[in-house]
Amino acid sequence: MLKSPDPGSSPLNVVSMRGITKAFPGVLANDQIDLDIYASEVHALLGENGAGKSTLMKILYGFYRLDSGQILVNEQPVMIQSPHDARAIQIGMVFQDFSLIPALSVMENLALFLPRLPAVLDVKGINQRIQEVSGRYGLDVNPNALVAQLSIGELQKVEILKLLLADARLLILDEPTRVLAQHEVQALFKVIDTLKKDGYAIVLITHKLREVLECADRITVLRTGKVAGTLIRSEAKEEGLISLMFEKKLGAPIVVPKKVSMEKVSPLLELRDVSTHAEGLETGLKGIDLKVNPGEIVGVAGVSGNGQKELGDVTMGLIHCSHGKKFIFGEDFTDKSVQEARFSGVAFIPENPLTMSIAPFMTVLQNMAITRTMKYARLGGLNIDWQAVRMDVDRSTKKLGFSFPLYILARSLSGGNLQRMVVARELIDEPHLIIASYLTRGLDVQSAIAARQALVQARDNGAGVLLISEDLEELFALSDWLIILYAGKIVGNFKPEDTNVYEIGHLMTGSKVEHVENQ
Amino acid sequence: MTLLAIFGVISSAIFSGTSLLYTTLGEVIDERSGIVNLGLEGVLLVSASSGFAVTSLTGSPYLGILVSVLAGGMMNMILGYLVISRKANQLASGLALMFFGFGLSALIGKSFVGTKINSLPRLLLPGLEGLPRLYTSLFKFDPLIYLVIPMAFLVWWLLFRTRWGLGLRAVGENADIAYASGRNPHLIRYQALFVGGMLAGLGAAQLAIAYAMNWTEYMTAGRGFIAVALVIFSKWHPLRAIVGALIFSAAVAFQLLLQSSGVQISPFLLDTIPYLLTLIVLIAWGGNRKHSAPASLGRVYQGSE
Amino acid sequence: MLKTSEIAPCFPILQNKTIILVIRYLFMILLAFLLFGIILLISGKDPLQSYKDIFTYTMGSAYGFSEVLVAMIPMLLTALAVALPARVGLINVGGEGQLYIGAAFATFGALTFSSLPAWLLLPIMIILGMLGGALWAFVPGYLKSIGLVNETITTLLLNPIAPKIIGFLIFGFWHSPMDTVKTPNFVAAARLPTFFGTRIHLGLVIGLILLALFWLFMKYTRWGLEMRAIGNNAQAARRNGIPLKKYLIVVMCIGGAIAGLAGMSQVSGFYGVLLLNFSLSLGYMGFMVSWLAGGEPLGILLMSFVISVIITGGNLLQLTRGVPYSVINLLLAFTVFVVLARPNLIKGKKV
Repeated sequence: MLKSPDPGSSPLNVVSMRGITKAFPGVLANDQIDLDIYASEVHALLGENGAGKSTLMKILYGFYRLDSGQILVNEQPVMIQSPHDARAIQIGMVFQDFSLIPALSVMENLALFLPRLPAVLDVKGINQRIQEVSGRYGLDVNPNALVAQLSIGELQKVEILKLLLADARLLILDEPTRVLAQHEVQALFKVIDTLKKDGYAIVLITHKLREVLECADRITVLRTGKVAGTLIRSEAKEEGLISLMFEKKLGAPIVVPKKVSMEKVSPLLELRDVSTHAEGLETGLKGIDLKVNPGEIVGVAGVSGNGQKELGDVTMGLIHCSHGKKFIFGEDFTDKSVQEARFSGVAFIPENPLTMSIAPFMTVLQNMAITRTMKYARLGGLNIDWQAVRMDVDRSTKKLGFSFPLYILARSLSGGNLQRMVVARELIDEPHLIIASYLTRGLDVQSAIAARQALVQARDNGAGVLLISEDLEELFALSDWLIILYAGKIVGNFKPEDTNVYEIGHLMTGSKVEHVENQ
Repeated sequence: MTLLAIFGVISSAIFSGTSLLYTTLGEVIDERSGIVNLGLEGVLLVSASSGFAVTSLTGSPYLGILVSVLAGGMMNMILGYLVISRKANQLASGLALMFFGFGLSALIGKSFVGTKINSLPRLLLPGLEGLPRLYTSLFKFDPLIYLVIPMAFLVWWLLFRTRWGLGLRAVGENADIAYASGRNPHLIRYQALFVGGMLAGLGAAQLAIAYAMNWTEYMTAGRGFIAVALVIFSKWHPLRAIVGALIFSAAVAFQLLLQSSGVQISPFLLDTIPYLLTLIVLIAWGGNRKHSAPASLGRVYQGSE
Repeated sequence: MLKTSEIAPCFPILQNKTIILVIRYLFMILLAFLLFGIILLISGKDPLQSYKDIFTYTMGSAYGFSEVLVAMIPMLLTALAVALPARVGLINVGGEGQLYIGAAFATFGALTFSSLPAWLLLPIMIILGMLGGALWAFVPGYLKSIGLVNETITTLLLNPIAPKIIGFLIFGFWHSPMDTVKTPNFVAAARLPTFFGTRIHLGLVIGLILLALFWLFMKYTRWGLEMRAIGNNAQAARRNGIPLKKYLIVVMCIGGAIAGLAGMSQVSGFYGVLLLNFSLSLGYMGFMVSWLAGGEPLGILLMSFVISVIITGGNLLQLTRGVPYSVINLLLAFTVFVVLARPNLIKGKKV
């Protein structure tokens, strides 16, 4: 028969990670990280995107293999080579994109992962077991409901239940509250609290300060792959944590001459109370009011996943506004297509070029042409003037100082070259409105400087730029206005000279800050 | 429209629909695991011809049924090898299997065209003993007919109440998650194909050995494709397939009924009704997750990373 | 199995990628013929003799060769009807139905305007045929563009309906006085002209021209470029301003039109009459040809030739060796099987 979880059996007292190092091509994700996770404790792993939190936990869960270092369970070294191994030592992880099957019921999804499932399903028994565990920890769900019908909060409950029913003792939750509503967040905290008291060890990966302060017992802050600091709750204060998260080494400062603000002009881009409907795990935008004037760079700060992708897509017209209006160059573009937006002179550099804006099996040169085929079409469309394409490409790459091969398949380009390719392409026609999402991601210093330079130049020539970025240095240096996006809402709107990294950091992590007006 | 005529329609629908239902049940299992078999027509023909041949040679219809069932399983294994192990395109593989079946069945059945065989006994539906001869002759069914509805329930139970069925459905929805739960999607798909093939073979046996009692080339007359449509119509559910099979096979019989009551609608147009119904069902329930196709139907599972 | 990389150093010619590809294709075809030969042996026929018969007829005799070309015509078109939509990621399994409806529309033209001269009647029939096919493909295309139903399923379902409609039309309105399963013979003006006393009709020219146009279109035109972008990454294409929905519907309809043209060419050029179930799975064979050819026009030409040789050979074997026609399906199936079993050898787009 199916047993209820017994906290006393096979105690998992402490899981330690020592000297964990993991490198990916071009980036050192984890650099000599030490971490201790204790039972009956909530350990928060705090940091910006790219700090290495997810990678570290995926190593613990067996999703990645560590390059060097050791993992110890109850002081005994263990080898975790796959999620199967991790589950065998009772480590479980809930990912950001849930791994549930929508067409099956809750009970079926849970039964799928039960370790001792009998050949003939004992539906009553399984349901009973589910009720026991869910009742005990406040994870109430209807076992017979189809997963497709559940809300995000309920999906999360099921995911946690899945781990509990599979006898996990260490639960890793990756950004669990990213898509939850406020009351669902509170419910989750209660669940976590009950689990903790029952002896479970919980790791909370997050960038949200408020949550950390509310529910963590121990906090480790990661920054660019290293441990910036480990504190227990009583020692932790907001200011301290933020400075650990965001303290930047002073590199060569980006000096950009600021444009003197122009007289009253009509905005190039205006979003009035725009909301979008969130499909599944997307972040819905709520009541966005945004203006980009000519000769202006509006920077959008925020941790990735708080609505940045949706903001870019709704501006282009890829996603519908479920509410509100959108104006481009003064015209109502709310219901217009992407094609029309591009025709009017809007350029878009999306956050993930490989999946979002290129044709992988076509050559680079061909990719350069697909956003404006009308321009290069001759004989009414029967032929394409590749010469003209080449000339445009050459002009753009020369101006930017980029160089990449033109006649190979786009998918063979390195990440950096892909980014350069897309930037070069989008800036060819001197667009009036540029939406740049993570412009310099994957670029080396030279190319990053060149790309930023191009944006500034465009701005100086009267274009408007919506710059979505995670690089605070970049945002502060380039923006004329700085907006902070959190959970699909705009939570702050400043001139860079009126604020600082810490204040922005607060807002990016969801803390409320009273902006004290300096005289 | 006499009572006799109505009963005649029902009887005809049951006789003709049984093989259709078996085939559909088999395809439901296959598609639930994520594989669509466009070669069902070929599978049916090979099963029918080999079963018929064996019956004729050995004199035992039961042996023939056994061979037919195994032949169906084996034919599906060909599809399995191509689609699972070689990761080939499911549609092209299915069509090739169909042509293969055309050819192989013609070869097997060549020397048996026109032969007579010992068929299965026909037993009267219990409870109708008191009726006049004219009626009872309509309701003498062979054992395979009596078995088909219990079989539908068995398939339902297999899919929804066993660990194997759960794993199979998981593979058909999201093979990666099924793999993460410790299952082997490739193995499960092979198993699904074999079981499904056996059911198709059973349907072919009923058609050739019990019902028609002869063999001609292309005798399955599109039942393979009808089954694929039926699976969609029943929204991949074995119990709904019962209703579907009745509707589909009744279309033919229904024509006679209409004619005998003086209504003149072209039999051709009536034949299209089942497919039109399926299309309407698809369009009406297109967005609804509960009624839609298994999520990874038709897609190749690339294996673990 | 020896790996090519192991033998290659000994034979410099094997370093060339194209040569390796050709050798692999030949090997696969050889394998298919071997398997079929075994089958022939089992059924008591002499495989070597049979193959000799097939080749001397199809390649050796002028008439035999012409018969191969005749069989090729509908396949060129039905394969193209699959290959074109495949460029934007659409899977068109509905060639069979589109072909029938095209034939029906063309027949309507032939019967209604039978008094017109050929230079007027034939173009009308061509247009009607294409219209019919396009119409039959429109619903699946539309449903796909709004994201409601997968086009594989809808095109598949529409297939069996088409011949029934033809049956209804013939039976109810068009049947000839003597025969209820076919229309009266088309007037001479409604027949596509043939060449050199063979049965090769104008459809061949049309097919070849369309294949060439397809190649030129995809390679040079603006729409070809946008279509390829869609086929590569539909979401990216949208983001780049390419009108996805329009393309999905239009391309699907054009694919249907081409299949409809295949139907028209069969009834007008080959049969000269519309009869029930005249298509011997031409639509599905076109699907397989396109798939074998990787959707490339040259490949379609080659593959439909190979398949036609097999089919014509089958007809011959039936007459000379008493092999039931259907058995040739085995060779057809084996050929496709061996190719399917080695998926990484097919370059180009997946269908």
